[in-house]
Formats: sequence, C-alpha cells, structure tokens
Amino acid sequence: MNIPSELKYTKDHEWVSIEGDIATVGITDFAQGELGDIVYVEVETLDETLDQDEVFGTVEAVKTVSDLFLPLTGEIIEFNESLEDEPEKVNTDPYGDGWMIKIKMSDPSQFEGLLSDADYKNLIGA
Amino acid sequence: MKNTALTQTHEALGAKIVPFAGYNMPVSYEGVNVEHETVRNGVGVFDVSHMGEFLIGGPNALALIQKVTSNDASKLTIGKAQYSCLPNETGGIVDDLIVYRMKEEQYLLVVNASNIEKDWNHISKYNAEFNAEMRDISEGYSLLAIQGPKAVEAMQSLTSEDLSTIKFYNFVVGDFAGIEHVIISATGYTGSGGFEIYCKNEEVKQVWDKVLEAGVDFGIKPIGLAARDTLRLEMGYCLYGNDINDETSPFAAGLGWITKFTKDFVNSEALAKEKAHGPERKLIAFELDERGIPRNDYDIVDGQGKKIGIVTSGTMSPSMGKGIGLGYVPTIFSEVGSKINIQIRKNAVPATVVKLPFYKA
Repeated sequence: MNIPSELKYTKDHEWVSIEGDIATVGITDFAQGELGDIVYVEVETLDETLDQDEVFGTVEAVKTVSDLFLPLTGEIIEFNESLEDEPEKVNTDPYGDGWMIKIKMSDPSQFEGLLSDADYKNLIGA
Repeated sequence: MKNTALTQTHEALGAKIVPFAGYNMPVSYEGVNVEHETVRNGVGVFDVSHMGEFLIGGPNALALIQKVTSNDASKLTIGKAQYSCLPNETGGIVDDLIVYRMKEEQYLLVVNASNIEKDWNHISKYNAEFNAEMRDISEGYSLLAIQGPKAVEAMQSLTSEDLSTIKFYNFVVGDFAGIEHVIISATGYTGSGGFEIYCKNEEVKQVWDKVLEAGVDFGIKPIGLAARDTLRLEMGYCLYGNDINDETSPFAAGLGWITKFTKDFVNSEALAKEKAHGPERKLIAFELDERGIPRNDYDIVDGQGKKIGIVTSGTMSPSMGKGIGLGYVPTIFSEVGSKINIQIRKNAVPATVVKLPFYKA
C-alpha cells in the first residue's frame, strides 16, 4: 500500500498536498483499490466555493459510485480534465496523473488538521 | 458468513472477498474490466458454489416440479436442462432457477444462494400434496462456471466426453479433471458460451487447479462476481433481487417465454389473465445517449422530469463503453426506440429503449 509521507489525508480516503495557498486533491491508493476499475470522475463544482466536507464530485467505478468530499474550505479552481478521457489514471497513478482538483484555500490552517500518513495508516489498518 | 471450499484459494490468488448471499465470495481478482474482457474473448473460471441445489426424486417428482415452476418440465428428457421460475401466489416470483432432468425420476433444481431457504419452504409446502423425495444438497456441492468462446477447446483435455457436442442447455454426467460423475452442463450466465461444472466440495479444489492448468495456453483467468454481473447485464439476463422479485410478474419481466400454460401451476390462472391483458409495466433495456452510469434504484423520468419508473440494474458496459441498464416503466414507454431519462444525481440523462441483448458477439 502506497501512502506517501509528504501528503496529508482525510477519513474519506482523499490525499492533499499544498503549494502556497493552493491545495491539490486526489483519492488514495487504498481508495482506488477498494473502488476497482474507475470509469468516470464527475466534478460539476468547478469555480464554486465550498466548505470543508461538502461533496465536490463523484467517482464511479464499474460496480460502485462514491461521493468526493472537499478536504479543505475553498474555491475549486481546476479540475484534472484529462480524467474525462482517461479516468483509469486514478487507478494507475492516484498520487500523480490521477489527481482530481486544485483548491484555492480559504483557511490554510485547516491543512494542519488533516491526518498524517501514520494516522491514515492506522485508519485503514495498513 | 460461510466460505466455499475455495475461499482460501481465492484469497491466495489475491482476490478481493466480499460477503454475498451469506458467503465470502471473490468479487474480483485483477480488475473487473480485464476479467470481463477475458470471458468475452477467451476463457475464465468462476467459483459460484454459493448457488443452491435441490434433488427432487420419486414417482411424483415431475408432478411437483410442474406445479411449482412456470416452464413445462415435461419437455425435459434426460440430459436436458431448462430455465424456469417459481411463481408465487400473488403474481410475483419466488426465484428463478434451472431444472435438470438427471434420471427418469430424478431432477436437479439449481437456485439462487440468497433464496435457498425461501425456495425450500415454498416447494415443501406444495410437496405435501405430491410427497416427492426432496433433498437439499447445497452444502455438499460446489459449482464452477467455465465461460468464454475458448472454453470448449481449453477444457477438452480434461475429459473423455466430447465437449463440442454438448448443445446449449444440455449436460452430461462424466469424468472431468480426474473426477468421476461430474455434471458438465452447457449453461452459463455470461452469453459467451462454456460450461458449468457441478462436483462435490472435496473434489472442487482438484477441479479448479486442473481447469486453471489446462487453460494456461488459452490465457484463462479466475473471474469474480463483479464481472459476472457486467457480463450477465450486457446480455440482459435478469438478476433475482434486482430485476425480478416477489412482486414482479414473469410477464412484466419479459419471462413469458418460460411461462407455459400447457399445465396447471402456482398462480397460473391469474398469470393467464395477465398474459391476455398484457402487463401494466415492463422491464426495459436502455442505453444512455450521453455520458453517465445508471445504477440500481435511480429514477426513470419523462421529458418533464416526472418519475415514470425505476432502474433495477445498471453499469458501465465494459464491452461497449457506455451506460446500460434495465428498469421498469409503464408499458406505454416500453417500445424499442422510446426516449426516456435517467435521473443521475442532479441531471436527467437522456436514454433510449433498446432491444436485448446489449452485447452482440
């Protein structure tokens, strides 16, 4: 199970990295494995400002559909449009090419409240 | 939660195991898409040992089966099988099943795992009149489905029976993978041809291992329940609990072809009337015209957004790369070519009623 130590995590199995006040968000290796073959990533909240834990999109695997929750309050400024044609990137490279959105954070201090890699390992029993 | 005789084998192969119908079952090994593709173009093997098996025997075996099932079992000769259903007294379906004629006075009924107890009780209730011998052998028997266009060629080395001569919905009892008296049945739930193999639990590990070994040159893979579902849905085969249940009639579900009024059976009088009038609603097959994936329980809506029905099965079709599904709508919306909409979260996504199967080999 790949759980990079430089990232932060949520109980909803998302990962977050930050650069300045911009956060990049995707789902974890564990999450993509549990979902199976991902066939559709739907984000209809581009340019919207949402609160932490609000639903910002949906990820559909062949067998299941799962909501995506915003890890940090802010404006969704970018969606990884390459996922429209190649949603399988979420399976093959969840922490790289499979990233989902970028957020302009309203409150960067929220980042420190997210789970560390060790916390996340505990959560999933890895 | 029960295990099949192969649960540990699946774990060792790296399968993702989920509880299903009271059993720990492999839902996928490598990934649903690659497993699906393997069955469509090559050969794959499924452990479906959770399925239930009842033996019905004695002089009144046929009379009991004729009473409880909708299809005409008197047409079965030894070595033939038929798809059928158990109608209930109130217009719905207790279960769908396969009836095999094993001997002159012995039949094998193969039922859904989740319905074993319900079916047993239902059939037993009617058996008070017929007194046939009934035996539930589900716990002692395993079932492997070897499916795909290469199944015959890949498995021929395992048996002295000529697999190419076993016609669809026929079976033989013969040697297979070094085991005697195995049922080799040309049936399946995928639409890609192949066999279902019934053997005892203590024999199934050997059969499984030899099947994988014999299939190596043909690219055989173990296949999980997730691909079993996408494969059956591309053919439009009903899944009990989704597309048919205690409240859906065989005519609404498109199962008129297994409902034969050549005999009296449970609720046959009311069903004959329904056939004459036509059902009020029908199970339709639809494809999405735009991107999206229909799922069980999503609403089907008309052009004004008014709910007209409900999706009972849906998926992204791995073979066709589009959203497909089954669902019930009033009969007026059921014509092939009708335009409907599937409510997917906030969006009503346009869809078209199509003819089955979705997938044509």
